[in-house]
Amino acid sequence: MEHLLSILVKAIFVENVIFAFFLGMCSYLAVSKQIKTAAGLGIAVIFVMVLTTPLNFLILDYMLRDSALAWIHPSLAGVDLTFLAFILFISTIAGAVQLVEMVVEKFSPPLYNALGIFLPLITVNCSILGASLFMQEREYNFTETTVFSVGSGIGFFLAIVLLAAIRERLKYSKIPEPLQGLGIAMIITGLMAMAFLSFSGIQL
Amino acid sequence: MSTGTTAAPKPLEKKEGLFSKKNRRILTDPLDDINPITVQILGVCSALAVTTQVKPAIIMALGVTIVTGFSNLIIAWIRDSIPGRIRMIVQLVIVALLVTIVDQLLKAFMFDVSKKLSVFVGLIITNCIVMGRLEAFAMSQKPWPSFLDGIGNGLGYGVILIIVSVIREFFGSGSLLGFKIVPQWAYDHGYTNNGLMMLPPAALFIIGCFIWWQRSRNKKLVNVS
Repeated sequence: MEHLLSILVKAIFVENVIFAFFLGMCSYLAVSKQIKTAAGLGIAVIFVMVLTTPLNFLILDYMLRDSALAWIHPSLAGVDLTFLAFILFISTIAGAVQLVEMVVEKFSPPLYNALGIFLPLITVNCSILGASLFMQEREYNFTETTVFSVGSGIGFFLAIVLLAAIRERLKYSKIPEPLQGLGIAMIITGLMAMAFLSFSGIQL
Repeated sequence: MSTGTTAAPKPLEKKEGLFSKKNRRILTDPLDDINPITVQILGVCSALAVTTQVKPAIIMALGVTIVTGFSNLIIAWIRDSIPGRIRMIVQLVIVALLVTIVDQLLKAFMFDVSKKLSVFVGLIITNCIVMGRLEAFAMSQKPWPSFLDGIGNGLGYGVILIIVSVIREFFGSGSLLGFKIVPQWAYDHGYTNNGLMMLPPAALFIIGCFIWWQRSRNKKLVNVS
């Protein structure tokens, strides 16, 4: 249990997807002008991340790993399909996002209107695929993968809402013209990343 | 600049008209005026993460250039037969295929670099440059200009990567491409490497300042976003 808590805290604070790995920076910088839209994107990311990362784990574990196909037939024991991981992972993500979009559109139009624009964007959000690839690289088991995906999602949500809050305030400050917009957002993200560095070394 | 050699030489001998003025602009514009990282805000993620040293940055830039170029070419080729509703999945599968090839090549011939880049090779798939250029350019243009556009954007990305990684490696570990640049006597007299440069925030500061410099030099880029 403590071990899982440690993974969660690590994914949210210590190894935050944005501040430690810069995953999902594009949408992070592009959609952080207002808190409301930023929160919408953050929630959509948590949702898709928690859905797809465990799904990808199952695919990896039952189809791709070295001799993972043995459960179909013993003669398939020597097959190693790990090199197909990228294609299958991204297809899962793209398929899941499309499916989620259709289901939400059908059954909950208000939620669709809130998330609608962001859902297709999420397919190409690096943090989603990044979570799946880290899960593969670090060899988590199923529970760890689920906890890790929740943590990464919350980490992204936290980061984007924080930046949006700061950028809303920036409207009232005097910034040199060429630095406005993207430039200052980068430098603020750098300062926030430095602040998040202070979490490193936390052990639970 | 090893990145420069991949793009141009091959098609030159075929037909001169291929490099008309318009096509040349498609190739060179992304290097500065519409640079994917600093102006279009595409592909920032990997630009920040792989730039602690020069060598991985060059390899990464090459990989991205190849993938953007060829995915643009393929998509532009089959763009009329892709159904609109599932075009995202079709694009992603083609990109993923190319990235898998790049990844396998890296694993086979440059294993140490491949280890250092870790998940970031896989993340070329979701690199916004690739998807962004596919959507914005390749879906509506002919194959050859699309290919040039892809290569150009890949090189524009590479330029930023190399600038950032040179600064970070020089100040962070006193070397370039693995060779020691800062002499030993400097260390003896109390010079120390700047540890911050090896940490993630440094990349953000450098790109932030680079954007500042670029926009103050080129006024029409101010207020792009």
